[in-house]
Amino acid sequence: MKAVLIIANKEFRDGLRNRWVLAITILLAVFALTLAFLGAAPTGTVRTTALAVTVVSLSSLSIFLLPLIALLLSFDAIVGEMERGTLGLMLAYPVARWQVVAGKFLGHVSILTLATVAGYGVAGMVVATTSGGAGGWGAFLLLIASSVLLGAAFIAIGYVLSASVSDRATAAGLAIGVWLGFVLIYDMALLGVLVADRGRILGSAAVNWLLLFNPADAYRMLNLGATPGARLFSGMAGLAGDLLLPPAAMAGALALWVAIPLGAAMLLFQRREI
Amino acid sequence: MTPRSIILEQVCKSFGRQIALQNVDLAFAPGECVGLVGHNGAGKSTLIKLMLGLSRPDSGRVSVLGEDPAGRAGARTRWVVGYLAENVALYPALTGVETIEFYARLKGIRRADALTLLSRVGLAAEARLRTVRTYSKGMRQRLALAQAMLGAPRVLLLDEPTSGLDPGLRQSFYEILHELREGGATILLSSHQLTELEGAVDRVIVMAHGRKMADGDMLHLRRLAGVAPLLRIRLDQAARPLPAGWHSAAGGSLELTCAEEEIAGRLRALPDGVVSVEILRPSLDDIYATFLRQPETAAREGGG
Repeated sequence: MKAVLIIANKEFRDGLRNRWVLAITILLAVFALTLAFLGAAPTGTVRTTALAVTVVSLSSLSIFLLPLIALLLSFDAIVGEMERGTLGLMLAYPVARWQVVAGKFLGHVSILTLATVAGYGVAGMVVATTSGGAGGWGAFLLLIASSVLLGAAFIAIGYVLSASVSDRATAAGLAIGVWLGFVLIYDMALLGVLVADRGRILGSAAVNWLLLFNPADAYRMLNLGATPGARLFSGMAGLAGDLLLPPAAMAGALALWVAIPLGAAMLLFQRREI
Repeated sequence: MTPRSIILEQVCKSFGRQIALQNVDLAFAPGECVGLVGHNGAGKSTLIKLMLGLSRPDSGRVSVLGEDPAGRAGARTRWVVGYLAENVALYPALTGVETIEFYARLKGIRRADALTLLSRVGLAAEARLRTVRTYSKGMRQRLALAQAMLGAPRVLLLDEPTSGLDPGLRQSFYEILHELREGGATILLSSHQLTELEGAVDRVIVMAHGRKMADGDMLHLRRLAGVAPLLRIRLDQAARPLPAGWHSAAGGSLELTCAEEEIAGRLRALPDGVVSVEILRPSLDDIYATFLRQPETAAREGGG
Protein backbone atom coordinates (compact mmCIF):
# COMPACT_ATOMS: atom_id res chain seq x y z
CA MET A 1 0.00 0.00 0.00
CA LYS A 2 2.88 2.29 0.82
CA ALA A 3 4.26 2.03 -2.70
CA VAL A 4 0.86 3.07 -4.07
CA LEU A 5 0.95 6.26 -2.00
CA ILE A 6 4.56 7.02 -2.96
CA ILE A 7 3.73 6.72 -6.66
CA ALA A 8 0.48 8.69 -6.25
CA ASN A 9 2.36 11.45 -4.49
CA LYS A 10 4.89 11.60 -7.30
CA GLU A 11 2.21 11.76 -9.98
CA PHE A 12 0.37 14.49 -8.12
CA ARG A 13 3.54 16.50 -7.73
CA ASP A 14 4.27 16.01 -11.43
CA GLY A 15 0.80 17.33 -12.15
CA LEU A 16 1.37 20.41 -10.02
CA ARG A 17 4.75 21.09 -11.53
CA ASN A 18 3.69 20.55 -15.12
CA ARG A 19 0.87 23.03 -14.38
CA TRP A 20 -1.73 20.44 -15.30
CA VAL A 21 -3.64 21.19 -12.13
CA LEU A 22 -3.54 24.92 -12.73
CA ALA A 23 -4.54 24.65 -16.37
CA ILE A 24 -7.49 22.33 -15.68
CA THR A 25 -8.69 24.42 -12.74
CA ILE A 26 -8.65 27.63 -14.74
CA LEU A 27 -10.32 25.98 -17.71
CA LEU A 28 -13.10 24.52 -15.58
CA ALA A 29 -13.58 27.74 -13.58
CA VAL A 30 -13.78 29.92 -16.69
CA PHE A 31 -16.29 27.63 -18.40
CA ALA A 32 -18.29 27.22 -15.21
CA LEU A 33 -18.48 30.96 -14.52
CA THR A 34 -19.40 31.74 -18.11
CA LEU A 35 -22.16 29.14 -18.11
CA ALA A 36 -23.33 30.20 -14.67
CA PHE A 37 -23.88 33.80 -15.72
CA LEU A 38 -25.22 33.06 -19.16
CA GLY A 39 -27.48 30.32 -17.94
CA ALA A 40 -28.76 31.86 -14.69
CA ALA A 41 -31.23 34.20 -16.42
CA PRO A 42 -34.29 31.91 -16.63
CA THR A 43 -34.48 31.14 -12.93
CA GLY A 44 -37.27 33.66 -12.31
CA THR A 45 -39.92 32.09 -14.48
CA VAL A 46 -39.42 28.41 -13.71
CA ARG A 47 -38.92 29.04 -10.00
CA THR A 48 -35.79 27.08 -9.53
CA THR A 49 -32.56 28.25 -7.91
CA ALA A 50 -29.61 29.65 -9.80
CA LEU A 51 -27.43 26.80 -8.57
CA ALA A 52 -29.80 24.17 -9.95
CA VAL A 53 -29.65 25.85 -13.34
CA THR A 54 -25.90 25.99 -13.13
CA VAL A 55 -25.82 22.27 -12.33
CA VAL A 56 -27.71 21.48 -15.51
CA SER A 57 -25.49 23.57 -17.76
CA LEU A 58 -22.31 22.48 -16.01
CA SER A 59 -23.14 18.82 -16.32
CA SER A 60 -23.65 19.25 -20.06
CA LEU A 61 -20.26 20.90 -20.22
CA SER A 62 -18.55 18.29 -18.05
CA ILE A 63 -19.71 15.49 -20.32
CA PHE A 64 -17.51 16.90 -23.06
CA LEU A 65 -14.68 18.36 -21.06
CA LEU A 66 -13.92 15.94 -18.23
CA PRO A 67 -13.55 12.78 -20.33
CA LEU A 68 -11.20 14.69 -22.60
CA ILE A 69 -9.08 15.98 -19.72
CA ALA A 70 -9.09 12.56 -18.07
CA LEU A 71 -7.95 10.82 -21.26
CA LEU A 72 -5.26 13.45 -21.78
CA LEU A 73 -3.95 12.76 -18.28
CA SER A 74 -3.98 9.01 -18.65
CA PHE A 75 -3.39 7.95 -22.24
CA ASP A 76 0.41 7.85 -21.94
CA ALA A 77 0.63 6.85 -18.28
CA ILE A 78 1.98 3.41 -19.13
CA VAL A 79 3.04 3.41 -22.77
CA GLY A 80 4.65 6.84 -22.42
CA GLU A 81 6.76 5.80 -19.44
CA MET A 82 7.60 2.62 -21.27
CA GLU A 83 8.83 4.57 -24.30
CA ARG A 84 10.87 6.94 -22.16
CA GLY A 85 12.33 4.05 -20.17
CA THR A 86 11.30 5.22 -16.72
CA LEU A 87 8.84 2.36 -16.27
CA GLY A 88 11.52 -0.33 -16.45
CA LEU A 89 13.43 1.40 -13.70
CA MET A 90 10.38 1.73 -11.46
CA LEU A 91 9.57 -1.95 -11.93
CA ALA A 92 13.14 -2.84 -10.93
CA TYR A 93 12.10 -1.64 -7.46
CA PRO A 94 10.08 -3.76 -5.06
CA VAL A 95 6.79 -2.58 -6.53
CA ALA A 96 4.04 -4.81 -7.90
CA ARG A 97 2.60 -3.82 -11.24
CA TRP A 98 -0.91 -3.33 -9.88
CA GLN A 99 0.59 -0.89 -7.39
CA VAL A 100 2.01 1.18 -10.23
CA VAL A 101 -1.42 1.41 -11.87
CA ALA A 102 -3.16 2.08 -8.54
CA GLY A 103 -0.63 4.75 -7.60
CA LYS A 104 -0.93 6.53 -10.90
CA PHE A 105 -4.71 6.31 -10.68
CA LEU A 106 -4.77 7.81 -7.21
CA GLY A 107 -2.42 10.61 -8.30
CA HIS A 108 -4.36 11.43 -11.46
CA VAL A 109 -7.72 11.32 -9.69
CA SER A 110 -6.34 13.66 -7.02
CA ILE A 111 -5.27 16.11 -9.72
CA LEU A 112 -8.71 15.96 -11.30
CA THR A 113 -10.49 16.22 -7.94
CA LEU A 114 -8.52 19.27 -6.89
CA ALA A 115 -9.14 20.98 -10.22
CA THR A 116 -12.87 20.13 -10.26
CA VAL A 117 -13.50 21.13 -6.66
CA ALA A 118 -11.57 24.37 -7.10
CA GLY A 119 -12.87 25.24 -10.58
CA TYR A 120 -16.53 24.36 -10.08
CA GLY A 121 -16.43 25.37 -6.42
CA VAL A 122 -15.45 28.93 -7.29
CA ALA A 123 -18.26 29.12 -9.83
CA GLY A 124 -20.77 27.72 -7.33
CA MET A 125 -19.76 30.24 -4.66
CA VAL A 126 -20.03 33.13 -7.08
CA VAL A 127 -23.45 32.04 -8.32
CA ALA A 128 -24.76 31.44 -4.81
CA THR A 129 -23.56 34.83 -3.58
CA THR A 130 -24.73 36.87 -6.54
CA SER A 131 -28.16 35.26 -6.89
CA GLY A 132 -28.84 35.38 -3.16
CA GLY A 133 -30.52 31.97 -3.22
CA ALA A 134 -28.92 29.31 -1.07
CA GLY A 135 -30.83 26.30 -2.35
CA GLY A 136 -29.53 23.66 -4.72
CA TRP A 137 -26.28 22.87 -2.92
CA GLY A 138 -27.17 19.20 -2.77
CA ALA A 139 -27.35 18.96 -6.54
CA PHE A 140 -24.18 21.01 -6.84
CA LEU A 141 -22.23 18.72 -4.54
CA LEU A 142 -23.59 15.73 -6.43
CA LEU A 143 -22.37 17.39 -9.62
CA ILE A 144 -18.85 17.75 -8.26
CA ALA A 145 -18.74 14.23 -6.86
CA SER A 146 -20.13 12.64 -10.01
CA SER A 147 -17.82 14.74 -12.19
CA VAL A 148 -14.85 13.30 -10.31
CA LEU A 149 -16.33 9.83 -10.78
CA LEU A 150 -16.80 10.47 -14.50
CA GLY A 151 -13.22 11.70 -14.76
CA ALA A 152 -11.99 8.65 -12.83
CA ALA A 153 -13.83 6.34 -15.24
CA PHE A 154 -12.11 7.91 -18.24
CA ILE A 155 -8.75 7.90 -16.48
CA ALA A 156 -9.18 4.16 -15.99
CA ILE A 157 -10.25 3.73 -19.63
CA GLY A 158 -7.15 5.69 -20.65
CA TYR A 159 -4.98 3.22 -18.72
CA VAL A 160 -6.57 0.29 -20.58
CA LEU A 161 -5.52 1.93 -23.86
CA SER A 162 -2.11 2.80 -22.48
CA ALA A 163 -1.49 -0.74 -21.25
CA SER A 164 -2.51 -2.40 -24.51
CA VAL A 165 -0.65 -0.48 -27.22
CA SER A 166 3.05 -0.25 -27.99
CA ASP A 167 3.48 3.43 -28.82
CA ARG A 168 2.18 6.75 -27.60
CA ALA A 169 0.80 7.88 -30.93
CA THR A 170 -1.51 4.87 -31.13
CA ALA A 171 -2.64 5.49 -27.56
CA ALA A 172 -3.40 9.13 -28.40
CA GLY A 173 -5.38 8.16 -31.48
CA LEU A 174 -7.37 5.56 -29.59
CA ALA A 175 -8.04 8.05 -26.79
CA ILE A 176 -9.59 10.47 -29.27
CA GLY A 177 -11.63 7.61 -30.71
CA VAL A 178 -12.87 6.59 -27.27
CA TRP A 179 -13.80 10.19 -26.49
CA LEU A 180 -15.72 10.63 -29.73
CA GLY A 181 -17.33 7.25 -29.28
CA PHE A 182 -18.66 7.74 -25.78
CA VAL A 183 -19.38 11.46 -25.90
CA LEU A 184 -20.81 11.91 -29.36
CA ILE A 185 -21.29 8.79 -31.42
CA TYR A 186 -22.90 6.51 -28.82
CA ASP A 187 -25.86 8.83 -28.23
CA MET A 188 -26.32 9.53 -31.91
CA ALA A 189 -26.21 5.85 -32.74
CA LEU A 190 -28.66 5.09 -29.93
CA LEU A 191 -30.98 7.80 -31.19
CA GLY A 192 -30.74 6.42 -34.71
CA VAL A 193 -31.60 2.93 -33.51
CA LEU A 194 -34.54 4.24 -31.49
CA VAL A 195 -35.91 6.18 -34.45
CA ALA A 196 -35.57 3.20 -36.74
CA ASP A 197 -37.05 0.85 -34.17
CA ARG A 198 -40.00 3.08 -33.18
CA GLY A 199 -40.44 1.32 -29.89
CA ARG A 200 -41.17 -2.06 -31.46
CA ILE A 201 -38.31 -4.01 -29.93
CA LEU A 202 -36.53 -1.62 -27.60
CA GLY A 203 -38.72 -0.60 -24.68
CA SER A 204 -37.92 2.23 -22.29
CA ALA A 205 -36.31 -0.22 -19.88
CA ALA A 206 -33.90 -1.36 -22.57
CA VAL A 207 -33.01 2.23 -23.36
CA ASN A 208 -32.33 2.90 -19.70
CA TRP A 209 -30.01 -0.05 -19.57
CA LEU A 210 -28.27 0.96 -22.76
CA LEU A 211 -27.55 4.35 -21.24
CA LEU A 212 -25.71 2.63 -18.40
CA PHE A 213 -23.30 1.17 -20.92
CA ASN A 214 -21.88 4.62 -21.47
CA PRO A 215 -20.32 6.39 -18.48
CA ALA A 216 -21.09 9.78 -20.00
CA ASP A 217 -24.80 8.91 -20.23
CA ALA A 218 -24.90 7.50 -16.73
CA TYR A 219 -23.40 10.78 -15.54
CA ARG A 220 -25.89 12.83 -17.52
CA MET A 221 -28.89 10.94 -16.21
CA LEU A 222 -27.55 11.12 -12.68
CA ASN A 223 -27.18 14.90 -12.73
CA LEU A 224 -30.22 15.82 -14.79
CA GLY A 225 -32.62 13.56 -13.04
CA ALA A 226 -31.42 13.33 -9.48
CA THR A 227 -33.00 16.41 -7.93
CA PRO A 228 -36.41 18.02 -8.59
CA GLY A 229 -34.83 21.38 -9.44
CA ALA A 230 -32.58 19.88 -12.06
CA ARG A 231 -35.35 17.74 -13.50
CA LEU A 232 -37.54 20.77 -13.90
CA PHE A 233 -35.03 22.78 -15.79
CA SER A 234 -33.47 20.02 -17.84
CA GLY A 235 -36.72 18.93 -19.41
CA MET A 236 -36.62 15.60 -17.61
CA ALA A 237 -39.55 16.37 -15.34
CA GLY A 238 -42.12 14.68 -17.55
CA LEU A 239 -40.00 11.60 -18.00
CA ALA A 240 -38.76 11.30 -14.48
CA GLY A 241 -41.62 9.12 -13.29
CA ASP A 242 -41.13 5.99 -15.32
CA LEU A 243 -38.11 6.44 -17.54
CA LEU A 244 -35.24 7.00 -15.19
CA LEU A 245 -33.45 4.43 -13.15
CA PRO A 246 -32.86 5.49 -9.55
CA PRO A 247 -29.83 7.77 -9.02
CA ALA A 248 -28.13 5.00 -7.07
CA ALA A 249 -28.17 2.80 -10.19
CA MET A 250 -26.52 5.56 -12.20
CA ALA A 251 -23.92 6.16 -9.52
CA GLY A 252 -23.37 2.41 -9.30
CA ALA A 253 -22.91 2.20 -13.07
CA LEU A 254 -20.36 5.01 -12.94
CA ALA A 255 -18.51 3.28 -10.11
CA LEU A 256 -18.40 0.09 -12.18
CA TRP A 257 -17.09 2.14 -15.08
CA VAL A 258 -14.19 3.06 -12.80
CA ALA A 259 -13.59 -0.37 -11.27
CA ILE A 260 -13.82 -2.59 -14.34
CA PRO A 261 -11.44 -0.65 -16.63
CA LEU A 262 -9.05 -0.15 -13.74
CA GLY A 263 -8.98 -3.89 -13.07
CA ALA A 264 -8.61 -4.57 -16.78
CA ALA A 265 -5.70 -2.13 -17.03
CA MET A 266 -3.98 -3.88 -14.11
CA LEU A 267 -4.42 -7.29 -15.73
CA LEU A 268 -3.20 -6.08 -19.13
CA PHE A 269 -0.20 -4.40 -17.55
CA GLN A 270 0.59 -7.51 -15.50
CA ARG A 271 1.05 -9.53 -18.69
CA ARG A 272 3.00 -6.88 -20.50
CA GLU A 273 6.67 -7.34 -21.36
CA ILE A 274 8.64 -4.18 -20.70
CA MET B 1 29.14 -26.31 -4.92
CA THR B 2 29.81 -22.63 -5.21
CA PRO B 3 26.87 -20.49 -4.23
CA ARG B 4 25.23 -18.76 -7.17
CA SER B 5 23.33 -15.52 -6.95
CA ILE B 6 22.12 -15.54 -10.54
CA ILE B 7 21.52 -18.59 -12.72
CA LEU B 8 20.27 -18.77 -16.29
CA GLU B 9 19.68 -22.17 -17.83
CA GLN B 10 19.05 -22.75 -21.52
CA VAL B 11 17.28 -19.44 -21.81
CA CYS B 12 15.62 -18.66 -25.15
CA LYS B 13 13.76 -15.50 -25.99
CA SER B 14 12.43 -14.10 -29.22
CA PHE B 15 10.41 -11.07 -30.17
CA GLY B 16 8.19 -12.07 -33.03
CA ARG B 17 10.48 -13.63 -35.62
CA GLN B 18 13.58 -11.99 -34.24
CA ILE B 19 15.60 -14.25 -31.98
CA ALA B 20 17.02 -12.29 -29.04
CA LEU B 21 18.55 -15.13 -27.01
CA GLN B 22 19.38 -18.70 -27.93
CA ASN B 23 20.08 -21.35 -25.31
CA VAL B 24 22.03 -19.09 -22.99
CA ASP B 25 23.55 -20.62 -19.85
CA LEU B 26 25.07 -18.27 -17.30
CA ALA B 27 25.90 -18.34 -13.61
CA PHE B 28 27.23 -15.63 -11.33
CA ALA B 29 28.67 -15.98 -7.86
CA PRO B 30 28.41 -13.49 -5.00
CA GLY B 31 31.29 -11.02 -5.05
CA GLU B 32 31.86 -11.50 -8.75
CA CYS B 33 32.11 -8.60 -11.16
CA VAL B 34 31.29 -9.68 -14.69
CA GLY B 35 31.38 -7.77 -17.95
CA LEU B 36 28.75 -8.44 -20.57
CA VAL B 37 29.96 -7.41 -23.99
CA GLY B 38 28.16 -7.39 -27.28
CA HIS B 39 27.16 -5.16 -30.15
CA ASN B 40 23.80 -3.42 -30.17
CA GLY B 41 21.13 -6.06 -30.45
CA ALA B 42 23.38 -8.88 -29.23
CA GLY B 43 20.99 -9.66 -26.40
CA LYS B 44 22.62 -7.82 -23.47
CA SER B 45 19.65 -5.72 -22.50
CA THR B 46 17.28 -8.65 -22.99
CA LEU B 47 19.40 -10.68 -20.54
CA ILE B 48 19.27 -7.90 -17.98
CA LYS B 49 15.51 -7.47 -18.40
CA LEU B 50 15.04 -11.20 -17.82
CA MET B 51 17.06 -10.95 -14.61
CA LEU B 52 14.90 -8.04 -13.48
CA GLY B 53 11.69 -9.91 -14.25
CA LEU B 54 10.61 -7.23 -16.71
CA SER B 55 10.29 -9.95 -19.27
CA ARG B 56 9.93 -13.73 -19.19
CA PRO B 57 11.96 -16.33 -21.11
CA ASP B 58 10.20 -18.33 -23.85
CA SER B 59 11.93 -21.39 -22.48
CA GLY B 60 14.62 -22.10 -19.93
CA ARG B 61 14.96 -20.89 -16.36
CA VAL B 62 16.07 -17.64 -14.73
CA SER B 63 16.80 -17.44 -11.03
CA VAL B 64 18.00 -14.41 -9.07
CA LEU B 65 18.86 -14.93 -5.40
CA GLY B 66 16.98 -18.21 -5.55
CA GLU B 67 13.73 -16.78 -6.91
CA ASP B 68 12.12 -16.38 -10.31
CA PRO B 69 12.39 -12.62 -10.83
CA ALA B 70 9.19 -12.47 -12.92
CA GLY B 71 7.25 -14.50 -10.35
CA ARG B 72 5.38 -13.38 -7.28
CA ALA B 73 8.43 -13.78 -5.04
CA GLY B 74 10.50 -11.79 -7.52
CA ALA B 75 9.26 -8.53 -5.99
CA ARG B 76 10.94 -9.56 -2.72
CA THR B 77 14.34 -9.95 -4.32
CA ARG B 78 14.10 -6.47 -5.83
CA TRP B 79 14.68 -4.95 -2.40
CA VAL B 80 18.32 -5.93 -2.90
CA VAL B 81 18.67 -5.48 -6.65
CA GLY B 82 20.08 -2.31 -8.16
CA TYR B 83 19.53 -1.44 -11.81
CA LEU B 84 20.90 1.16 -14.13
CA ALA B 85 19.12 1.29 -17.47
CA GLU B 86 20.70 1.90 -20.82
CA ASN B 87 19.92 5.45 -22.03
CA VAL B 88 19.24 6.62 -18.49
CA ALA B 89 15.66 7.74 -18.21
CA LEU B 90 14.58 9.76 -15.20
CA TYR B 91 11.59 12.01 -14.55
CA PRO B 92 12.46 15.38 -16.10
CA ALA B 93 10.12 17.38 -13.84
CA LEU B 94 11.69 16.17 -10.59
CA THR B 95 14.84 17.66 -9.06
CA GLY B 96 17.88 15.54 -8.30
CA VAL B 97 16.95 15.36 -4.63
CA GLU B 98 13.32 14.52 -5.36
CA THR B 99 14.40 11.79 -7.76
CA ILE B 100 16.65 10.05 -5.26
CA GLU B 101 14.00 10.52 -2.54
CA PHE B 102 11.34 8.93 -4.71
CA TYR B 103 13.43 5.84 -5.38
CA ALA B 104 14.66 5.69 -1.78
CA ARG B 105 11.06 5.66 -0.52
CA LEU B 106 10.21 2.79 -2.85
CA LYS B 107 13.03 0.81 -1.26
CA GLY B 108 12.31 2.04 2.24
CA ILE B 109 15.68 3.73 2.63
CA ARG B 110 16.27 6.70 4.90
CA ARG B 111 16.51 10.09 3.22
CA ALA B 112 19.89 10.89 4.74
CA ASP B 113 21.43 7.68 3.38
CA ALA B 114 20.03 8.41 -0.05
CA LEU B 115 21.43 11.94 -0.07
CA THR B 116 24.89 10.65 0.89
CA LEU B 117 24.90 8.72 -2.38
CA LEU B 118 24.51 11.98 -4.32
CA SER B 119 27.78 13.21 -2.86
CA ARG B 120 29.37 9.86 -3.55
CA VAL B 121 28.64 10.02 -7.25
CA GLY B 122 29.80 13.62 -7.29
CA LEU B 123 26.56 15.37 -8.14
CA ALA B 124 27.27 19.02 -7.38
CA ALA B 125 25.28 20.56 -4.53
CA GLU B 126 23.88 23.34 -6.70
CA ALA B 127 22.60 20.80 -9.22
CA ARG B 128 20.60 18.78 -6.70
CA LEU B 129 17.82 21.31 -6.47
CA ARG B 130 17.49 21.79 -10.19
CA THR B 131 15.10 19.70 -12.26
CA VAL B 132 16.56 16.75 -14.13
CA ARG B 133 15.39 18.39 -17.37
CA THR B 134 18.30 20.85 -17.06
CA TYR B 135 20.95 18.15 -16.47
CA SER B 136 23.76 17.22 -18.83
CA LYS B 137 24.15 13.57 -19.81
CA GLY B 138 26.94 13.09 -17.30
CA MET B 139 24.86 14.53 -14.47
CA ARG B 140 21.93 12.31 -15.32
CA GLN B 141 24.26 9.33 -15.38
CA ARG B 142 25.56 10.22 -11.91
CA LEU B 143 22.05 10.52 -10.53
CA ALA B 144 21.06 7.22 -12.11
CA LEU B 145 24.13 5.56 -10.60
CA ALA B 146 23.20 6.89 -7.18
CA GLN B 147 19.74 5.34 -7.42
CA ALA B 148 21.20 2.02 -8.58
CA MET B 149 23.30 1.88 -5.41
CA LEU B 150 20.42 2.58 -3.03
CA GLY B 151 20.24 0.12 -0.17
CA ALA B 152 23.59 -1.66 -0.69
CA PRO B 153 22.30 -4.07 -3.37
CA ARG B 154 23.38 -7.72 -3.46
CA VAL B 155 22.85 -7.81 -7.20
CA LEU B 156 23.73 -4.84 -9.36
CA LEU B 157 22.72 -4.89 -13.02
CA LEU B 158 24.29 -2.02 -14.91
CA ASP B 159 23.45 -1.50 -18.58
CA GLU B 160 26.15 0.68 -20.17
CA PRO B 161 26.97 2.39 -16.86
CA THR B 162 30.06 4.33 -17.84
CA SER B 163 28.86 5.93 -21.06
CA GLY B 164 28.82 9.68 -20.59
CA LEU B 165 31.12 9.64 -17.57
CA ASP B 166 34.37 11.57 -17.61
CA PRO B 167 37.52 9.56 -16.81
CA GLY B 168 37.75 10.90 -13.24
CA LEU B 169 34.24 9.85 -12.39
CA ARG B 170 34.67 6.54 -14.15
CA GLN B 171 37.55 5.86 -11.79
CA SER B 172 35.51 6.68 -8.70
CA PHE B 173 32.65 4.65 -10.13
CA TYR B 174 34.89 1.59 -10.32
CA GLU B 175 36.04 2.26 -6.76
CA ILE B 176 32.45 2.22 -5.56
CA LEU B 177 31.85 -1.01 -7.46
CA HIS B 178 34.92 -2.49 -5.83
CA GLU B 179 33.51 -1.74 -2.36
CA LEU B 180 30.13 -3.25 -3.19
CA ARG B 181 31.84 -6.32 -4.53
CA GLU B 182 33.96 -6.69 -1.41
CA GLY B 183 30.68 -6.74 0.45
CA GLY B 184 29.61 -9.76 -1.60
CA ALA B 185 27.50 -8.10 -4.29
CA THR B 186 27.25 -9.69 -7.73
CA ILE B 187 27.85 -7.02 -10.34
CA LEU B 188 27.03 -7.29 -14.00
CA LEU B 189 28.26 -4.51 -16.28
CA SER B 190 27.26 -4.39 -19.89
CA SER B 191 29.14 -2.52 -22.55
CA HIS B 192 29.56 -2.62 -26.27
CA GLN B 193 33.26 -1.98 -25.89
CA LEU B 194 35.51 -4.56 -24.33
CA THR B 195 38.18 -1.91 -23.61
CA GLU B 196 35.77 -0.12 -21.25
CA LEU B 197 35.80 -3.11 -18.96
CA GLU B 198 39.47 -4.04 -18.91
CA GLY B 199 40.84 -4.07 -15.41
CA ALA B 200 37.39 -3.59 -13.89
CA VAL B 201 35.92 -7.06 -14.18
CA ASP B 202 36.91 -10.59 -13.16
CA ARG B 203 35.24 -12.23 -16.09
CA VAL B 204 33.85 -11.30 -19.46
CA ILE B 205 30.93 -12.80 -21.33
CA VAL B 206 30.84 -12.04 -25.03
CA MET B 207 27.42 -12.10 -26.64
CA ALA B 208 26.66 -11.99 -30.35
CA HIS B 209 23.46 -12.68 -32.22
CA GLY B 210 21.73 -13.80 -29.05
CA ARG B 211 24.31 -16.44 -28.20
CA LYS B 212 27.07 -16.70 -25.67
CA MET B 213 30.29 -16.61 -27.72
CA ALA B 214 32.81 -16.70 -24.90
CA ASP B 215 32.93 -16.69 -21.13
CA GLY B 216 36.12 -16.29 -19.12
CA ASP B 217 38.83 -13.95 -17.94
CA MET B 218 40.74 -11.71 -20.32
CA LEU B 219 43.60 -14.20 -20.82
CA HIS B 220 41.14 -16.93 -21.66
CA LEU B 221 39.47 -14.64 -24.19
CA ARG B 222 42.78 -13.81 -25.82
CA ARG B 223 43.58 -17.47 -26.19
CA LEU B 224 40.14 -18.30 -27.44
CA ALA B 225 40.26 -15.58 -30.04
CA GLY B 226 43.58 -16.96 -31.28
CA VAL B 227 44.93 -13.52 -32.01
CA ALA B 228 48.67 -13.68 -31.31
CA PRO B 229 50.79 -10.84 -29.93
CA LEU B 230 53.23 -9.07 -32.24
CA LEU B 231 56.87 -8.47 -31.19
CA ARG B 232 58.67 -5.51 -32.71
CA ILE B 233 62.36 -4.86 -32.11
CA ARG B 234 64.98 -2.44 -33.26
CA LEU B 235 68.62 -3.46 -33.52
CA ASP B 236 71.67 -1.23 -33.80
CA GLN B 237 73.70 -1.38 -37.01
CA ALA B 238 76.31 -3.75 -35.57
CA ALA B 239 73.97 -6.47 -34.45
CA ARG B 240 74.64 -9.57 -36.52
CA PRO B 241 73.49 -12.11 -37.42
CA LEU B 242 69.84 -11.15 -37.83
CA PRO B 243 67.72 -13.50 -35.68
CA ALA B 244 65.85 -16.21 -37.55
CA GLY B 245 62.11 -15.96 -38.13
CA TRP B 246 61.92 -12.18 -37.88
CA HIS B 247 60.99 -10.15 -40.88
CA SER B 248 61.76 -6.54 -41.71
CA ALA B 249 59.08 -3.99 -41.28
CA ALA B 250 58.72 -0.27 -41.92
CA GLY B 251 61.22 2.07 -40.28
CA GLY B 252 64.01 -0.53 -40.14
CA SER B 253 62.42 -2.56 -37.33
CA LEU B 254 61.90 -6.30 -37.23
CA GLU B 255 58.62 -8.00 -36.41
CA LEU B 256 57.48 -11.44 -35.33
CA THR B 257 54.12 -12.90 -34.42
CA CYS B 258 54.18 -15.60 -31.75
CA ALA B 259 52.09 -17.19 -29.01
CA GLU B 260 51.93 -15.59 -25.56
CA GLU B 261 54.02 -18.45 -24.06
CA GLU B 262 56.83 -18.05 -26.60
CA ILE B 263 57.47 -14.36 -25.99
CA ALA B 264 60.08 -14.77 -23.25
CA GLY B 265 62.05 -17.41 -25.19
CA ARG B 266 62.03 -15.35 -28.36
CA LEU B 267 63.37 -12.31 -26.55
CA ARG B 268 66.11 -14.30 -24.79
CA ALA B 269 67.29 -15.64 -28.15
CA LEU B 270 67.96 -12.15 -29.51
CA PRO B 271 71.60 -11.13 -30.18
CA ASP B 272 73.30 -8.20 -28.47
CA GLY B 273 72.55 -4.75 -29.77
CA VAL B 274 68.80 -4.61 -29.22
CA VAL B 275 67.83 -0.94 -29.05
CA SER B 276 64.11 -1.31 -28.26
CA VAL B 277 61.46 -3.99 -27.73
CA GLU B 278 57.73 -3.57 -28.11
CA ILE B 279 55.09 -6.19 -27.42
CA LEU B 280 51.93 -5.33 -29.27
CA ARG B 281 49.06 -7.35 -27.87
CA PRO B 282 45.86 -7.36 -29.83
CA SER B 283 43.50 -4.83 -28.34
CA LEU B 284 40.41 -6.13 -26.65
CA ASP B 285 38.38 -4.71 -29.48
CA ASP B 286 40.44 -6.79 -31.94
CA ILE B 287 39.66 -9.86 -29.88
CA TYR B 288 36.01 -8.98 -29.80
CA ALA B 289 36.01 -8.46 -33.55
CA THR B 290 37.36 -12.00 -34.04
CA PHE B 291 34.45 -13.42 -32.08
CA LEU B 292 32.08 -11.56 -34.31
CA ARG B 293 33.82 -12.81 -37.44
CA GLN B 294 33.74 -16.47 -36.47
CA PRO B 295 30.45 -16.93 -34.74
CA GLU B 296 30.19 -20.69 -35.10
CA THR B 297 33.64 -21.78 -33.91
CA ALA B 298 33.76 -19.31 -31.08
CA ALA B 299 30.31 -20.33 -29.91
CA ARG B 300 31.36 -23.97 -29.78
CA GLU B 301 34.45 -23.24 -27.74
CA GLY B 302 32.75 -20.65 -25.58
CA GLY B 303 29.95 -23.02 -24.79
CA GLY B 304 32.37 -25.87 -23.90
